[in-house]
Amino acid sequence: MPTPILSVDALNKTYDGGFVALDNVSLEIMEGEILALLGPNGAGKTTLISAICGIVQPTSGRVTVGGFDTQSQYRGARDLIGLVPQEINLEPFEKVINTVRFSRGLFGKPRDDAKIEQILRQLSLWDKKDNAIRELSGGMKRRVLIAKALSHEPRVLFLDEPTAGVDVELRRDMWEIVRALSDSGVTIILTTHYIEEAEAMADRVGVINKGQILLVEEKAALMARMGQKELRIDLNKKIDAIPEELADRDVELSDDGQRLIYRYDTRAERTGIVRLLSALQAAGLSVADVETKQSSLEEIFVGLLQDQEEGVAP
Amino acid sequence: MNLQAVRAIYVFEMARTFRTIAQSIISPVLSTSLYFIVFGTAIGSRIDQVEGVSYGAFIVPGLIMLTVLTQSIANASFGIYFPKFIGTIYELLSAPASFLEITAGYVLAAATKSFMIGLIILVTAFFFVDLQILHPIWMLTFLVLTCLSFSLFGFIIGIWAQNFEQLQLIPLLAVTPLVFLGGAFYSITMLPEGWQAVSLFNPVVYLVSGFRWSFFGQADVALVWSIIAILGFTGACILTIGWIFKTGWRIRA
Ligand SMILES: Nc1ncnc2c1ncn2[C@@H]1O[C@H](COP(=O)(O)OP(=O)(O)OP(=O)(O)O)[C@@H](O)[C@H]1O
Ligand SMILES: [Mg+2]
Repeated sequence: MPTPILSVDALNKTYDGGFVALDNVSLEIMEGEILALLGPNGAGKTTLISAICGIVQPTSGRVTVGGFDTQSQYRGARDLIGLVPQEINLEPFEKVINTVRFSRGLFGKPRDDAKIEQILRQLSLWDKKDNAIRELSGGMKRRVLIAKALSHEPRVLFLDEPTAGVDVELRRDMWEIVRALSDSGVTIILTTHYIEEAEAMADRVGVINKGQILLVEEKAALMARMGQKELRIDLNKKIDAIPEELADRDVELSDDGQRLIYRYDTRAERTGIVRLLSALQAAGLSVADVETKQSSLEEIFVGLLQDQEEGVAP
Repeated sequence: MNLQAVRAIYVFEMARTFRTIAQSIISPVLSTSLYFIVFGTAIGSRIDQVEGVSYGAFIVPGLIMLTVLTQSIANASFGIYFPKFIGTIYELLSAPASFLEITAGYVLAAATKSFMIGLIILVTAFFFVDLQILHPIWMLTFLVLTCLSFSLFGFIIGIWAQNFEQLQLIPLLAVTPLVFLGGAFYSITMLPEGWQAVSLFNPVVYLVSGFRWSFFGQADVALVWSIIAILGFTGACILTIGWIFKTGWRIRA
């Protein structure tokens, strides 16, 4: 069993006003993986990251990064961490290259212009290196934040909504950058509201809501476990109503009368597909085509939040 | 020790200073020159010598102190308030740097700037008055210690301040009166006895007195008290900052 690079153990955060933003959060992340944290606004994603990185003081609990306790051995832990914050916090009048150099120095690394150049080129910022931050576009500023976080060559990178307010093309670029970083061995924890982003990039997905981690699971396993599948049966002939033989089979008829839709749970012992097919035969319907569709993470996600609302364990 | 971090902060802050060098220097030089013209020349010509020194020369140490104190507080408080204000403080908090290293970076940069301004005013003074410095090494020591301790104090104010008004409040409400009543423009021995006693509770009296001694060899209070006062003040500031970073007061939610 390899030891996790990041381990969060029973972390709690109650803000000064008494608001509980993190409720007994535990989490382990293995070296090299990409974890996507999904959760609605105010779920506690930023608080969790901030508590790990030293920006928010945890109320209780323990976090280790690379084996270093983030409180008692903060230097060792923070050496390994790069953080891209959600807000674009940058000094408007400073030059791009100077802010990136500053970050590297702040993290105790000697000046290395070749490294900085490589990072800025990788993020397509080299042309802008002598521009003041205020002269950059929003997407460029976000990349400057990434460059700052990468400047000290972290092994664990936190990306707090890296693609918020970023256009589709740039979002794809970001994904590429994240994948390249991951390929180079950097462990990545990203938060996002875009489920397709988690779906496209993550190895594992964590869902957080109201300060609680609802689940953390392999993306594929999650989708298989939680996944509803949809069986779509295209008919050769249009029908006006669902025939009697299928009445208790829980199928839906599409508006155009050409297609039957049947939802089933892949976890269930019996999917009911065989019986549905024989009922179709009994009803004398002939089938033109059959297709199955996996439900998306988004549907799973919404389902989970509803379950929490109703107090059902996931 | 993460000395790279100290260096990075220092270089970054000094770059800001040099970007705005003109306004940083012109304004203190201009206002001090005005003081020399008004107090030193116009009023000073009607005042006898103070403790054997011409009035124009007598006010030089006090004027330098006045500027250096205000500048140190202003520079250091702005230096740390600004990252808080624009949000870049996240990086300082998440860096593998101790409070001493972060403080050192900001405070050294602020102190350097006010030290430079202090020297520039000193040079300016030579254009207006006949000046001699009896103990130059002590003069520089007092100047450096004052720059450092009041930059530390400014750093605390920058952390404490939650808006720009508060940032201006302490220098305006406390520091300027303390300096004016601290014997910058007179010797406290010129005050009635009761007020002399009150003045001894003003820490700035000790600074100005020690600093003036390094110029003219005369002090309002014993030199040793000046040194104790400034070291004590520095120590109190460092302890406060240590406590701030430990508890995260006003910087970490
Ligand atoms: N400094 C603070 N003081 C008090 N409450 C806070 C503070 N920061 C955050 N909160 C509260 O904690 C909760 C979690 O906030 P957090 O920023 O962690 O959410 P999030 O999951 O990152 O949301 P988003 O997706 O909108 O970024 C919110 O209800 C927020 O109002
Ligand atoms: Mg957030």
